[in-house]
Amino acid sequence: MSRNRYETVFIITPVLSDEQTKEVVKKFKTLLKDKGASITHEENWGMRKLAYPIQKKSTGFYYLVEFEADPDTILPYETEFRRDERIIRFLTTRMDKGHTEYAEGRRDRETERREKPKQTGAEAQA
Amino acid sequence: MADNKNVRYLNPIAIDTKSERYCRFREKGFKYIDYKDPDFLLMLINEQGKILPRRLTGTSLKYQRRVGKAIKKARHLALLPYLADQLR
Repeated sequence: MSRNRYETVFIITPVLSDEQTKEVVKKFKTLLKDKGASITHEENWGMRKLAYPIQKKSTGFYYLVEFEADPDTILPYETEFRRDERIIRFLTTRMDKGHTEYAEGRRDRETERREKPKQTGAEAQA
Repeated sequence: MADNKNVRYLNPIAIDTKSERYCRFREKGFKYIDYKDPDFLLMLINEQGKILPRRLTGTSLKYQRRVGKAIKKARHLALLPYLADQLR
């Protein structure tokens, strides 16, 4: 079966402590790995203000995971999101070619951005 | 016999009707419109949070469909509001 690339963004309730939040993230990552998916990229957006209140909460903890998996794994994976009370929103999208290219380009740009301040810092020291 | 003064307005007055339309996405060769970038999508909605029509943004049909999808995904993830009062 052909494997696809997917991208999931999910929002965790802000009422949890840092450790509990990490636990949730870990839970869903191990869930993916157990189903034979390979995680290609992940991003922690941290606490963000929501554009509108969800479940009477105005902030949320955003997390993004990119992975490669069989199409069959997605349905049980999403069911787990629906069952978990700590998740207030999630969205899984299949990445087509343009999306994959864009995501990789964005990552390159971000690493550049991270490296640049370091260089200027080194110049300032020298 | 009409002299020049009367004939002048028989032709439609040229008011910027000839400015060529362009699609900002086609021009720059976009492969994908990201729903995770609310600051960019902000250009394509009005201050109430509504998606701007093609006739105002000049987007081609192909990209307008993608813009719509991206905005709707962003709304689901609370990156953009479904309705707002003063976005700008």
